[in-house]
Amino acid sequence: MRGAFSPPTPPKKAFRVLNYTFDWSIIISGKYFDWLVSGLVTTLKLSAISIVLAFILGLIIAVMRMAHSRPVRWFAHAYLEFFRNTPLLVQIFFWYFGSYKILPTAVNDWLVSTNFEFAAAAIALTIYTSAFIAEDIRSGVLSIPKEQMEAARSAGFSYLRSMQYIILPQAVRITIPPLVNQFLNLAKNSSLAMTIGVMEMTYQARQVESYTFKGFEAFTAATVVYLLLSIAITALVNVYNEKVLNVHKAT
Amino acid sequence: MEQFFNFSVITDNFTYFMIGRFPHGPLGGVGLTLYLAVASCILSFFGGMILGLFSISRFALVRYPALAFINLVRGMPLLMVIFWMYFLMPALFGKVAENNTVIMALTLFTSAYMSRIVVAGIEGIPKGQTEAAISTGLKSWQVMLYIVLPQGLRNMIPSFVNQFVSLIKDTSLAFIVGVSELTHVATQINNRTMAFPTEIFIFIALIYFILCYAFTSLSRWLEGRLSWSKAI
Repeated sequence: MRGAFSPPTPPKKAFRVLNYTFDWSIIISGKYFDWLVSGLVTTLKLSAISIVLAFILGLIIAVMRMAHSRPVRWFAHAYLEFFRNTPLLVQIFFWYFGSYKILPTAVNDWLVSTNFEFAAAAIALTIYTSAFIAEDIRSGVLSIPKEQMEAARSAGFSYLRSMQYIILPQAVRITIPPLVNQFLNLAKNSSLAMTIGVMEMTYQARQVESYTFKGFEAFTAATVVYLLLSIAITALVNVYNEKVLNVHKAT
Repeated sequence: MEQFFNFSVITDNFTYFMIGRFPHGPLGGVGLTLYLAVASCILSFFGGMILGLFSISRFALVRYPALAFINLVRGMPLLMVIFWMYFLMPALFGKVAENNTVIMALTLFTSAYMSRIVVAGIEGIPKGQTEAAISTGLKSWQVMLYIVLPQGLRNMIPSFVNQFVSLIKDTSLAFIVGVSELTHVATQINNRTMAFPTEIFIFIALIYFILCYAFTSLSRWLEGRLSWSKAI
């Protein structure tokens, strides 16, 4: 109950949003637009490099995970569990701040001579994503009937060669939709690279915000770009799925 | 090797890593990480339930906004959601503590993912159950509340635990708005001591690993334990 002498109620806070003057022109053209575009280019570059490396690494780990040698299998298992159960941000910080003590001097020198922020982010993203890709590939391989492997082995292929020529080509085709989803996750995860100063999309949005105080416009632009990216990629996966389905129906 | 790696930085700051300045100041470190994860997990359980039920509603006016929201959030990086909350919450509600901003962002983000688990759990219940319940005269909300959800929830539990593991990992992003959870504490100590980044980041990676691996194992165990429900 309000007393008779209670002070007048202040204007509702929610209306403060309406006091904000939107100015979309700064995002649509000029310097800040260029910043955002360069951010998008960096995001795409970082994601593309990382996904290719992560795919190769994931393939290797997946094959190791299914190897006959127990130590190899355990190593792959430990790798998967460790990198899947650790935050990506911590991994990025580790490679950026802490890797110099465990890497050989030559590698350190080379990394510092390149764009080190970018390299550290790419390494962290590659390793993090490769753990997820390895699991995707493994479940793809497990869906291939065991007889294929047995037939390949009895035809005289070694374990690695039957993987290379018989199992993996089939498994990878099944694995493509989850792989594309991993690419999408990777593109979103690459936003964490801003914490170590890689000038990607989110970094540039933040930058535009701090230069112009137009946070809503800047973040809307970045959000729309991420959304378009994910819509486009999801549509591609759907088309692929339909094509694969049609192939299955035809045969 | 002892000269090379110097883990005394960990032992010296161990309490700070674990609970921040807790008895004399705000909670931090592992304690705050767990607090953020548990609080947003509980909130996003309800958020995910509501969004999931809305997204399979018969009414287009309820279904499409829910689907739009789910797809919007799933298409965004978590960092972006945190920034949005960081700018929107003060504009809407005045001064908001950073902890609550992060809990809000994590809740919105995780709700969208949880809603998919809820939908999958509901769709996993055979259609005959719903039909039988309707033919006994229950209304559709009663069917959902008394028949489908109690069974579906049991199948969802392992996925919920997995989502909680993701949440523990995601709380590390609270670092960006200055919430002093484990990652933030680690960067603070790293900035103060300067010389031991490798030791510090290996140590906090191990802590996160222990936390997450415990819950991942729990979810695997539950999956095996609850699989009898498939017999229905």
